[in-house]
Amino acid sequence: MAGIQLRNIVKRYGSGKHELQVIHGVNAEVGDGEFVVIVGPSGCGKSTLLRMVAGLEEITQGEIQIGDRVVNQLEPADRDIAMVFQNYALYPHMSVYDNMAYGLKIRKMPVAEIRERVNKAAGILELSHLLERKPRQLSGGQRQRVAMGRAIVRAPQVFLFDEPLSNLDAKLRAQTRIEIQKLHRELGITSLFVTHDQVEAMTLAQRMIVMNAGNMEQFGTPEEVYHRPASTFVASFIGSPPMNLLKNAPSGRRDGAILGIRPEHIDVADTGWELQVETCELLGAERLIYGRLGGDQIIVRVEESGPAPKPDSMIHIRPREDRIHWFDAASGKRI
Amino acid sequence: MEKRVRFRSRWLPYLLVFPQIAVTLVFFFWPAAETVRYSMLLQDAFASKIQFVWFDNFTTLFQDPNYLASFKLTAFFSAVVAISGLSISLLFAVFADRVLRGANVYKTLLIWPYAVAPAVAGILWLFMLSPSIGILTYVLRSYGVQWNYYVNGNQALLLICVAAVWKQISYNFLFFLAGLQSIPGSLVEAAAIDGAGPVRRFWTIVFPLLSPTAFFLLVVNIVYAFFDTFAIVDATTQGGPAQATQILVFKIYQDGVQALDLGGSAAQSVVLMVIVIALTVVQFRWVERKVQY
Amino acid sequence: MMIERRPFLTFVRHTVLIAGIAVVMFPVYIAFVASTLSFDEVLHVPMQLWPGTHLLENYAAVMAHGSAKGSSAPVGQMMINSLIMALVIAIGKIAISIISAFAIVYFRFPLRQTFFWMIFVTLMLPVEVRILPTYQVAADLHLIDTYAGLTLPLIASATATFLFRQFFLTIPDEYAEAARIDGAGPLRFFWDVVLPLSRTNMAALFVIMFIYGWNQYLWPLLVTTQESMYVTVIGIKRMIPGGDAAAEWHLIMATAMLAMLPPVLVVLLMQKWFVKGLVDAEK
Repeated sequence: MAGIQLRNIVKRYGSGKHELQVIHGVNAEVGDGEFVVIVGPSGCGKSTLLRMVAGLEEITQGEIQIGDRVVNQLEPADRDIAMVFQNYALYPHMSVYDNMAYGLKIRKMPVAEIRERVNKAAGILELSHLLERKPRQLSGGQRQRVAMGRAIVRAPQVFLFDEPLSNLDAKLRAQTRIEIQKLHRELGITSLFVTHDQVEAMTLAQRMIVMNAGNMEQFGTPEEVYHRPASTFVASFIGSPPMNLLKNAPSGRRDGAILGIRPEHIDVADTGWELQVETCELLGAERLIYGRLGGDQIIVRVEESGPAPKPDSMIHIRPREDRIHWFDAASGKRI
Repeated sequence: MEKRVRFRSRWLPYLLVFPQIAVTLVFFFWPAAETVRYSMLLQDAFASKIQFVWFDNFTTLFQDPNYLASFKLTAFFSAVVAISGLSISLLFAVFADRVLRGANVYKTLLIWPYAVAPAVAGILWLFMLSPSIGILTYVLRSYGVQWNYYVNGNQALLLICVAAVWKQISYNFLFFLAGLQSIPGSLVEAAAIDGAGPVRRFWTIVFPLLSPTAFFLLVVNIVYAFFDTFAIVDATTQGGPAQATQILVFKIYQDGVQALDLGGSAAQSVVLMVIVIALTVVQFRWVERKVQY
Repeated sequence: MMIERRPFLTFVRHTVLIAGIAVVMFPVYIAFVASTLSFDEVLHVPMQLWPGTHLLENYAAVMAHGSAKGSSAPVGQMMINSLIMALVIAIGKIAISIISAFAIVYFRFPLRQTFFWMIFVTLMLPVEVRILPTYQVAADLHLIDTYAGLTLPLIASATATFLFRQFFLTIPDEYAEAARIDGAGPLRFFWDVVLPLSRTNMAALFVIMFIYGWNQYLWPLLVTTQESMYVTVIGIKRMIPGGDAAAEWHLIMATAMLAMLPPVLVVLLMQKWFVKGLVDAEK
């Protein structure tokens, strides 16, 4: 077990006039045993960052430290890490047992110890009855667990997860999320988990790194990221439906600033801002009201038992004062 | 195999397949049937008397030391060509596979020999290994090797082996490269993270997953060695010296076209037919069973 | 396959590949050099390793009237024969196979399976196992020493049919259904939808079949007797007289270079399609 330090990490591809910089200086410190999620939209560089920690990509600039070693020059095999891939990367011609035992066999572990470790991991992941099967005979969820089992038996210092839940259907995804949380509670191994799904990030992370176009926009706990987003990007990326960002707020406006207010922090009232209702959606336990305010689009979330305005009507809404965020219009950063 | 959509027409499909079926019947099936028929006939030298002798031609064949020698020779030849051809191209393919700058240039430069005719390949090597003026002969002689394939049967065999393998490298290389590229990169990365070095990764992960391609190429190369190499032999050694390079397909030609032994040559053809059919069946069976991961 | 960043490994890979390419290119380079030398220079032992000055002279000579000691058929004529053979076979095979494949995939008719298996069986009957009777048939049909004789017997191809069939099976049914609703009959559907979709496959097959046709040896050997009908690959061989010392190697090598030129050009120009098609065809 060990912490991870990312110091001024920069990644560039190509050279000369074809040079492309995809990560622009990331700094973060992951504590020993912490579960950190790296989250962001496609192409933001999160997988690249993870692969640099793994040693599958060269680090153009900066240092990565795992435990007390700087690992920039170390091969993946020497970094004492284990990785779970998005498409599981199970060796198709080997049985489940052999898949999990592969890394241990290479490190010349005695057969008896290998068997013990594999059986223990299989027990934790409920794979004991599948050890002799080949990957193609397993369901998606089972393959996923074998991939995790392969990582567990190695008992590494760090676990790396590269979007492991993306290939599962919604129900399985929710189930596996809980299993991963349980596993982390039991084993307590430092983990870096990459995903594009902000729900996964919010539920799994002890802290999360929010990335956008190669920049780390915020590094904080789910609460911090949700309640005090550091930029308009974080504000609109985390939370569903996304935070309303108003360029032309009718009241309390500071020039050159964007007002942010989450849909669930707006109340329908008798006085206040005038919202031109466009449409309403009933989602079961709650209702979403879509409308226009000045030049901006607004979403308001109310209880299902609350008001249900008709389209093209006008209602008054009031944001909760203590939930208003301000962002600089030019930089997008929190004021 | 099944398409949901079918057009309805009574005559159109027949019209569409007609050209192919016609050529197939006239130039494939009919001659093949005739070959089988000839193989059971005995003609005398002037083709005036024809006897139906059932399998006598075959028994004669399998008791003929020349034929058996040719059979053994062909088996040996195809094994050498297949194995060396596959190993060399596999080496090139592994080295040229991705993550290498200039991979495309290497690929282009290694592929074009596919276009060279076997006959031309034979002649190129004939020229370089000509006992009197060949440039390679000169080099060999400076190492003390007496090179003259006109008298040395083994050297003649070496000549056609080299020409045959040289020509096949591209074909094998292409398929191995494609096979390598169909192995997901994440598998190799996972193995690397598990601690396997490049050599171990190759033998425990890459090669097993490449085996369907390798098997397919093995069969193709054997068929190539049995049949397409006729041109190489005819252009270089003509089966000599003293039948040292008289592979089966060449013997059929010599006995049939040159010596006009219809029955014997037809019998040999039938034997080859059986071998090809067996190889093709094996190949298709295996390909069907190729596991999709 | 190489994840490690050891520069030594990379160096080894490049070295081996360069050596491989050198070995592969060497015979052709030697042939090229030989084709630019004079008769005496080419027979000199050891032959020089850099090109000489007789390039145009040699090539012009063989194109016009072959060699003197061996066959004197003009290579120019042979190149034309080879070209006709290669083009007719390539185009012919593609045309015949694509309509057969279309019929087999998109129609249900009695004997469909039978025809399919018949075509399949031809994979197992290369010309080498039926030489004399095929020659007999060609002779009976008066095809000896004709372009038809050179090309017709080789024009049915199981490989091409299989490739097209496999490809057609992947064309979504929706296209045919939409065509039917639009009122298109099978031939319109074939011409307007299937054919355009098959372009890549046809290009790939063209390369493979062209090379196949150009490089044919055994069959032209049997079916042509007059020098005017020889194809290039046969012509080269005939230039080599009985013994080997008296051969005009500089002319022979010039002819060899000419024999290699068109197929290699075709491969290089259409490399992308060719590679894709070759790999798909055998799967």
